[in-house]
Amino acid sequence: MPNEEIPTSVKLSKYTPYFLILPTLAYMIFFIGYPLVQGIMLAFFDEQGRFTLENVNYLLYGPGSLFWDALKYTILLAAVIIPIQVSIAFGLALLFNLRFPGKNAALYTVILPLTISDVAAGLIWYVMLGQYGFFNKILMNLGIISHPIIFFGIKDMEFIAIVITEIWRATAIVFIIIYAGLQMISHEYYEAAEVFGATTWQRFRYIVFPLLLPSLQAALIIRTLFAFQIFGVVWTLAGRDIPVLAGEAYYAQTELLRPGVASLYALIIAGLSIAVGALYIKFFKAKYLEAGM
Amino acid sequence: MSREVLVKKSDIVKYYLRKIIIAGLVTIAVTWVALPFVMTIIYALSDPDQYYDPHIVIPTRYTLEHIHKLIVLGAWNATINSVIVAVLTILFSFAIGLPAGYAFARYAFKGKDSLKLFIVALRMFPMMVIAVPLLVLYFKLGLADTLLGIALAHTAMALPFVILITSGIIAGVPVEYEEAGLVFGLNRIGAFFRITLPLALPGLAAAAIFTFIMSWNEVFIAAVLSFQNRTLPAFILNLIGGATDFIKFAGAFIMVIPALVFVFVAGKYLVRMWGITLK
Amino acid sequence: MFMGDTYMVDVHLRGVVKRFGKTIALRGIDLDINDGEFVVLLGPSGCGKTTTLRIIAGLEKPTKGKVIFGNREVTYLPPRERNISMVFQSYAVWPHMTVYDNIAFPLKIKKVPKEEIDKRVKWAAELLQISELLNRYPHQLSGGQRQRVAVARAIVVEPQVLLMDEPLSNLDALLRVKMRSEIKKLQRRIKVTTIYVTHDQVEAMTMGDRIAVMSAGKIMQVGTPWEIYNKPANVFVAGFIGSPQMNFIDVTIEEAQDGVNLVSSDFTIKLPQEYISLLKDYVGKTMILGIRPEHMYPLGYVPANLQKKDKIKGVVDFVEALGSDTIIHLNTGSKIIVVKTSGTYRPKIGEELEIVIDLDKIHLFDKNTEKAII
Repeated sequence: MPNEEIPTSVKLSKYTPYFLILPTLAYMIFFIGYPLVQGIMLAFFDEQGRFTLENVNYLLYGPGSLFWDALKYTILLAAVIIPIQVSIAFGLALLFNLRFPGKNAALYTVILPLTISDVAAGLIWYVMLGQYGFFNKILMNLGIISHPIIFFGIKDMEFIAIVITEIWRATAIVFIIIYAGLQMISHEYYEAAEVFGATTWQRFRYIVFPLLLPSLQAALIIRTLFAFQIFGVVWTLAGRDIPVLAGEAYYAQTELLRPGVASLYALIIAGLSIAVGALYIKFFKAKYLEAGM
Repeated sequence: MSREVLVKKSDIVKYYLRKIIIAGLVTIAVTWVALPFVMTIIYALSDPDQYYDPHIVIPTRYTLEHIHKLIVLGAWNATINSVIVAVLTILFSFAIGLPAGYAFARYAFKGKDSLKLFIVALRMFPMMVIAVPLLVLYFKLGLADTLLGIALAHTAMALPFVILITSGIIAGVPVEYEEAGLVFGLNRIGAFFRITLPLALPGLAAAAIFTFIMSWNEVFIAAVLSFQNRTLPAFILNLIGGATDFIKFAGAFIMVIPALVFVFVAGKYLVRMWGITLK
Repeated sequence: MFMGDTYMVDVHLRGVVKRFGKTIALRGIDLDINDGEFVVLLGPSGCGKTTTLRIIAGLEKPTKGKVIFGNREVTYLPPRERNISMVFQSYAVWPHMTVYDNIAFPLKIKKVPKEEIDKRVKWAAELLQISELLNRYPHQLSGGQRQRVAVARAIVVEPQVLLMDEPLSNLDALLRVKMRSEIKKLQRRIKVTTIYVTHDQVEAMTMGDRIAVMSAGKIMQVGTPWEIYNKPANVFVAGFIGSPQMNFIDVTIEEAQDGVNLVSSDFTIKLPQEYISLLKDYVGKTMILGIRPEHMYPLGYVPANLQKKDKIKGVVDFVEALGSDTIIHLNTGSKIIVVKTSGTYRPKIGEELEIVIDLDKIHLFDKNTEKAII
């Protein structure tokens, strides 16, 4: 039987998917891999290429370095904001899972914050919470307070302003993840529960919550990782009064003109994200195993 | 029969009570989100005298002078810059990412799962890490302070999303349609462009809008990589250090209007896209 | 066991109207279901049968009208307070719980003590023959097994009313036939008022004590299977029940010497004297004649005791030989009439046949109202 040559085109087609993905991989290596390596170089090596802890020293002990405060505030903000956000987002998602007139319009409104940058969000709440802002004016004109509440210029008040703004801005992110997860749960699962006697709370506890756990976990991870990168809102509302890791990185780069320090800050953010991300995954995996799934 | 009537009343009350509570909660949620937008627009356009008057909550006299001032300071250019960067980002990320999305959707190959996991993990990676080193690189390449430079960085940020979204969308177009095309004379590329692409267009359009918004709102990288040619968020960030109240309000206003347009135009898609992709 | 004397309840719908936005799904439903009865809501998709079921369940509220269980109006009562059970079309078996937990759920909610729950779950599982599956998860089960879990869950709690929404439609043909009889036997054993929705007339005829045939949001007829089949109240019911479908022919009523003539474009059928009084209002008018394929007989296959009969002629257009039956498509000139007869008879295409009609089994419908006169 004559030996037929397999045409090159057919032979090559086995590799087609790899060809299609190649540009992406190449791009990633050049624009992410390389800068990542460079970042480490910038942080730990000086101009002559010698290993140095100069930047680390500056970070930890340097005059005017707000590293410890930045670390504290970044984590503190995350710890305060995330539980509140997740709870509100969760409640909102359940609320929007019901049928009611005007639901679409309401839905689009609630996700509006997703479409604006964090700088815009910060400025918007500057408008709301300013001395002559809406919040103060309403309260004063209703006679609830006699002097405006000053949010800006006082550290603690600025912290509160940031918390309010971040909750307003980023709850939508958590909301939409949970909402999408909720949509995927067949309505008949609740209807069956309702028919068989479950009250709203019981439906939630035995049906909705267990089935929503994966979405909740995803939302939690994503939100926490993004929280470590908090920047625009803080910078807009409090400048360096409330230092955060990303803000200090920006300051180091643009004001101090010390790219090494800026890189180090960025690497710390990355390190924190990876550590916490890994912890979450370990924790959730453990829960799955113990639930026997 | 009278027993019937009694039971009915309390049942009806409970039924309507539930409806009222739901309506109330929804109203609170919507107001909480919408009010700041509304007030921003109002105050950005209001007469300063009325604003600083503690007794006037909602001003009645309006002016465009603050917006104007901001534009003069460079807001208009910054806006144009943002648009250019965003459009470039879409072009680059789709040109590179769409083929990869197609590969994930239509092919099974060794390493597919690990690669996919890698891309998902990449999404959660803090992109700000690349900003400073990229700047150093850009100086060498002459890309510093260019819109192209920012667009390239944004593309890196957007690629994981684009790949995952387009992969999902293409997977949603039944492969039978392509196969019918192959049977009737097209090759694989032809089938993709003439059959799959048109069918996937709505989803891809939504993905493009999503990418646009991502690039439009990105602050940190844009601010690090540019000095004169800033995008809108970076521009405003720079400005607020010494700005007056009204400049800040105008800044908020200019950044908010496009967002409202986005939601108005593509609200449906956004909800669907975000939920699925952010997972 | 404890399932001997369940408290059953009768169900009444009064003037139930349901609107979804601009669409009217139910146009005024009145229905009375007796306690312990197995009633089937039968109709094509979109007729409103599932909507009716959901309103009885409380998953929807009617736009107008009342739902009454026994002597209590339950229209505004939420489902969980109505003491009902339901088997959903997609089974709605919760994926994150074992079969045991799924079945036990209604009892757990009612705070039944653990040993009692265990007893009852095992009893229900036994009845549905899924006892070995109690520790599995739904994704490990076949469709048929999941369906049985759904039924077990529905009966374990002794409901006042058992609702079933096309529970067999996702099963393959053989399993469907088996489950039909199992469900009916089950219902007889535990004696619960059952309301069953389906679009399959065979299911309805074999399982229902009474059938409510629905179309476009209205009930077209309520009756026992015998009544529905033999005395359809209108063209819709006559055409929906029976396979192959009843033949419908336009005929004009003419007075004749010794009776009444039904004149169609292809043939004339003579009716004896007794029919004159029934049809006197229709003389000269057009009516719809209905005759089932199984009530027409080729020569040589006419039952001996046939009293009233007449003949029509036609040419064989198409033959379906099914083995047990033969279905003949007969061209009478301007129409095709379908005749169903024994499988031993196999005419050839093009053959000329004479068919005998059993006049006791004809139906005549008013052409305008489509209601049955005879």
